Amino acid sequence: MSILLSEDFTFIVQGITGREAVNLTKECLDYGSKIVGGVTPGRKGRDVHGVPVFDTVEQAVANHGSEIDGAVVTVPPAFTKDAVFEAIENGIKLIVIVTERIPRRDVAQMVELANLRGARIIGPNCLGIIVPGVAKMGGIGGPAKDAAKAYEPGSIGVMSRSGGMTTEISSTLTAAGLGVSTAVSIGGDAIIGSTYAELMPLFEADEQTEAIVIYTEPGGRMEAELVDWRTENDAKLPIVAFMAGKFMDDEEMQGMSFGHAGTIVEGAEDSATQKIARLQEAGIPVVERIDEIPDAVKDKLGAKV
Amino acid sequence: MAEAEQLEGMFIDVEVSDEIASDPELASKLEEVCPVDIYADDDGRVAVVRKNLDECVLCNLCVEAAPPGGVVVKKLYDGTELRRSR
Amino acid sequence: MRFYEFESRRIVERAGIPVTEYGFCKTASEAREAAERIGGSTVVKSQVLTGGRMKAGGVKFADSPEEAEAHAADILELEINDHLPVGVLVDPKAEVEQEYYAAVLWDGRAKRPMMLFSDMGGIDIEEVADQHPDHVGRGHLSNLHPIAEFRAKEVVAAAGGLTGRELTRATPVLARLAQLQRDYDMTLAEINPLARLSNGSFVALDAHMEMEGEAVGRHQKMLKEIGVELEEPRELYEPSEFERNVKAIDEADHRGVIQGKDHGFSGNLGLVIGAGGGSLTLTDAVRSQGGKPANYAEIGGNPSVAKSCGLAKEVLKKDGVEKIAVMMSIVSNTRVDIVARGVIKACVELGKDPAETIAVFRIPGAWEEEGAKILGKYGIEFKDRSTSMWEAAGEAVEKIR
Repeated sequence: MSILLSEDFTFIVQGITGREAVNLTKECLDYGSKIVGGVTPGRKGRDVHGVPVFDTVEQAVANHGSEIDGAVVTVPPAFTKDAVFEAIENGIKLIVIVTERIPRRDVAQMVELANLRGARIIGPNCLGIIVPGVAKMGGIGGPAKDAAKAYEPGSIGVMSRSGGMTTEISSTLTAAGLGVSTAVSIGGDAIIGSTYAELMPLFEADEQTEAIVIYTEPGGRMEAELVDWRTENDAKLPIVAFMAGKFMDDEEMQGMSFGHAGTIVEGAEDSATQKIARLQEAGIPVVERIDEIPDAVKDKLGAKV
Repeated sequence: MAEAEQLEGMFIDVEVSDEIASDPELASKLEEVCPVDIYADDDGRVAVVRKNLDECVLCNLCVEAAPPGGVVVKKLYDGTELRRSR
Repeated sequence: MRFYEFESRRIVERAGIPVTEYGFCKTASEAREAAERIGGSTVVKSQVLTGGRMKAGGVKFADSPEEAEAHAADILELEINDHLPVGVLVDPKAEVEQEYYAAVLWDGRAKRPMMLFSDMGGIDIEEVADQHPDHVGRGHLSNLHPIAEFRAKEVVAAAGGLTGRELTRATPVLARLAQLQRDYDMTLAEINPLARLSNGSFVALDAHMEMEGEAVGRHQKMLKEIGVELEEPRELYEPSEFERNVKAIDEADHRGVIQGKDHGFSGNLGLVIGAGGGSLTLTDAVRSQGGKPANYAEIGGNPSVAKSCGLAKEVLKKDGVEKIAVMMSIVSNTRVDIVARGVIKACVELGKDPAETIAVFRIPGAWEEEGAKILGKYGIEFKDRSTSMWEAAGEAVEKIR
């Protein structure tokens, strides 16, 4: 059945009248997602591609008549925290934050409140979630036609710090006949709502998922956390990894930032080389080329039999 | 190295028929709908801002805003056109 | 955003953390005046953003105001790692009984700020944590609750069993440091050493602050008050002409995002690549196959033809660049045909043959059929998703060999 989204999953778009939101709303609707409302303060009464717009999340929930499952947040960084708090306090349990450049403190506060309320955040600075053939939440994969081309339903779970690479990897898996169970663009910031380790239990419990592919970059401690999680839990799913940004280990590049905010190397433990070694020691192969991923996955699947 | 002047209309050209070129209502409408400012309302006349031609996103809004044949968008790279038939 | 030592000093002082008398001086005579005011022996320190001050002679002790003036005159002209100081800091030569360490920084794994305290300050905290773990106290802070002083107290009490007046005086320092870290979005708020003077008081002898880049916008008032010039760049290195030009093009046009870096790159293959993760992957792929990138770049969002053209032109204008590789991971938001127009235009406007100059064009995704038509007209083969990123990079490297 896959994780996080289902056919009946309902969500709202916060900041729906913004340029990016108008776009992704259409894409998600075309894909078959159930967007039941949008929120932009002051714009109640309008509609975006047929989706009614409200001033508050409370109004959207009242209009829907029952709990709304999720929210996609595209509100600018100065206002994102308030919007996410509003969603959480109105009973929304899955929040995808697309917005980038949010200060860490705000993100940490949102994540802590979500934990207190039993809600989950994906992102920020991410493209969202897609369950191929079922629903998409966010701009991931682009227009419905394009998303359908890159994402075939299948058995591989994908988690990526880069939105674009989520699609590239998924397309590679699709072309190889493996397909994707659920793909999650987890975001590129230093602090994010859901790390690899935090999503693994969901994938492990999902019958459809048989293996995992992760895309990662230097910076941060998520790989160590993943390795620790697998050691401490009954981890069954094989994982294949790809690490980008190996050139950042060069001496001239030290302390420079590339790509996402979270990709700053602050010490030897966070370097690409160290991470690759740690993953491989833990039985997670790190392939050199994206196009090697399908064979590496097939190897792992074959080994299970 | 010597830099050639900024080239205009390498990929896209537009043709505005004489009839509609002097229609002030259309001049205003075209200026409004084009997302990349290819059209300007020059005192009631349709002016084409040639330096923006290559930004054309093929949205068709100008073609739709004018009567059939009034505005034609030409894709210079493959010889086809966007024009309103009806 | 990185701060000069004197700015960090002002920041901790404002936060209610005790500091010694000090003077930030831009001239040698100001330094003499500061030394007179402070009295006794002083230390004159170069204010640069780079390290290695001591070794380079940027830190000097003075026994009189005249000596302080003479040292300041020298230090103000002393370049350290290509940086000239913005001034000097004059501090008293303190009578230190003991040195401690206090810091509050982000623990990304816990997603909370973490306080650190040690009664073995002045040296490398990582070494202390490794060799004397019971002399380092740690504690996390809730992001939602107000900063509670008792949490700071617990951390100090865990550092080598501190008690008595040491505990009661150090605790508020750590608590205020935690408050400051929160209030001003510091990614690092460190005091090393925190000194206990002979009279029992605690002072921050050296403070090191770094503010998160994304948060600078919401602290304009404080920054202005401590004298930070916001226009002045605080990079680790001086941006190159290429980097400045690309930044200017990006800022002048709100459609899409471009970025270019060439610090540490010196090759013949220009990269016009994207986005974030795709750029990292492609840069690795070029190097792993023996290619020599002239630069790093990122194209993101939905850039205009002008912006795509602008980036490609800047890359092509770099010394030693013979060809460009135009490559991206599958795009949803960026239009392939728009980027195609942009890079072709860049070649033609520079008097170059696009087919010769563009070593590979691999951007699958939105509007790719249209993009293929445009490229075809100019004799460039369009590579779609059936060519992997690795293969595309390899083809570019082959072409330029």
